Amino acid sequence: MQLYIKARRFAAPRNDGDLGIRTAMSFITGVGLTSYGKHEGSSSLDLMSKAAAMAIADAGLKRTDIDGVLCGYSTVAPHIMLATVFAEHFGIRPSYAHAVQVGGATGLAMTMLAHHLVEVGVAGHVLVVSGENRLTGQSRDASIQALAQVGHPDYEVPLGPTIPAYYGLVASRYMHEYGVTQEDLAEFAVLMRAHACSHPGAQFHEPITVADVMASKPVAMPLKLLDCCPVSDGGAAFVVSRERTGETGILVRGCAQAHTHQHVTAAPRLSELGAEISIAKAKAASGVAISDVRYAAVYDSFTITLAMLLEDLGLARRGEAAGRVRSGYFNRDGEMPLNTHGGLLSYGHCGVGGAMAHLVETHLQMTGRAGDRQVRDASIALLHGDGGVLSSHVSMFLERVR
Amino acid sequence: MSSKFADWTKGEQGIVYQCCGACSKAQYFRRSFCTICGAPDPVQKSASGAGTVYATSLVCRAATPETRAHVPYNIVLVDTPEGFRMMAHGDSNLTIGDRVTARYQPFAGRLVPYFTKAK
Repeated sequence: MQLYIKARRFAAPRNDGDLGIRTAMSFITGVGLTSYGKHEGSSSLDLMSKAAAMAIADAGLKRTDIDGVLCGYSTVAPHIMLATVFAEHFGIRPSYAHAVQVGGATGLAMTMLAHHLVEVGVAGHVLVVSGENRLTGQSRDASIQALAQVGHPDYEVPLGPTIPAYYGLVASRYMHEYGVTQEDLAEFAVLMRAHACSHPGAQFHEPITVADVMASKPVAMPLKLLDCCPVSDGGAAFVVSRERTGETGILVRGCAQAHTHQHVTAAPRLSELGAEISIAKAKAASGVAISDVRYAAVYDSFTITLAMLLEDLGLARRGEAAGRVRSGYFNRDGEMPLNTHGGLLSYGHCGVGGAMAHLVETHLQMTGRAGDRQVRDASIALLHGDGGVLSSHVSMFLERVR
Repeated sequence: MSSKFADWTKGEQGIVYQCCGACSKAQYFRRSFCTICGAPDPVQKSASGAGTVYATSLVCRAATPETRAHVPYNIVLVDTPEGFRMMAHGDSNLTIGDRVTARYQPFAGRLVPYFTKAK
């Protein structure tokens, strides 16, 4: 209860108070997102720069206002100092800059770090940026092979697993324990595609059915091609600031992480995975309850990922997420609009930028700028990212303040 | 950390694991310490090759020419009676809960553990 009161105070207008202590806050002040799909001829730095310029302009800032840079990684163009490579390329001289690597959870992990950096005054405006020409910059086999290296080099990789196989293993167990079927999983692919159809920047715009998912090529059973996110080119960026720069403030209410393992062989039981730990900590840090949430942005590298995370986060009961998809609960006009841009499954997945698109879409929804996709009320949003094989988790609550 | 037991990760027909001398906890990935209590020098042991299927995924799309020659191949996670979980290959008809035993099969230029239903 004490945490709740403290957190609520953050939403009130800030003042110096009797003790002269400023109540620290952080806001997502601007967002930028390219279309995902093919960007023939664009490098990772090109895509990062494009998204960064959009985010800075959206925040109403000049590039010289940026004093912190956090960036993800590029599997196409790996570098030991990507943040400074980017800063030089982009033409800024930040006082704080480095890369962050937490797989698919990197975008939200960077946002969490930026939130704390501005809270304590290390920087005033942190640019969080990532982009990668993962589709056109390398062969699909090279991409699959590079990603499979998250497996254990001695005990897993020699067996020839792929990322879909790691998640296929998790899916087989989850389906076994909770009575989830392949048709249930297919519902998530259909929903994400339906959402992508209304976003001009999405990689895929052809509607699909459960039958299409079931008939798609087997990849790593029980996962088929349409259960898997694509490989994409794209870039995403946002600015995290100590002060709001517009009338509407998108406040970081609270966030938390959990890391339980790296390799699927070393993963804990399904009931002990990290999403439940990180969401419990994020709820405590923010004073927000799941019943307060009006919009959800949840990592969806595979249909099983989305199904499990929705249930781990408390957005559906065990084994019941697919039923909620069927009843329209997660539709744009449903009770809990989910990934209205189409998610990784259909907006696309360009690496770190993939899940950053979830936050960009959340920001557009919260600020009433989502156009045809606008939901009724996105005043409080829950975001969740997953890296590795459900290894690393970041949960975050955003709140709109006026 | 050389082992006196045959070890598939070194191209031999056997499964090696470690057991902590202090807390008795079994671990599969080789280390010079116990991950539970931190005690040094866990004891190397050879596993029986028995187990129970925990999870399966039939790989139909592989990423390298060497592994593509084997598709489809079934990746399995197996819980062993010795107390650790391992990844291996297995018969395509294995289902969760099946009791299995290990043999060894060539895969992409090396030997890997391959589980079939226990007789």
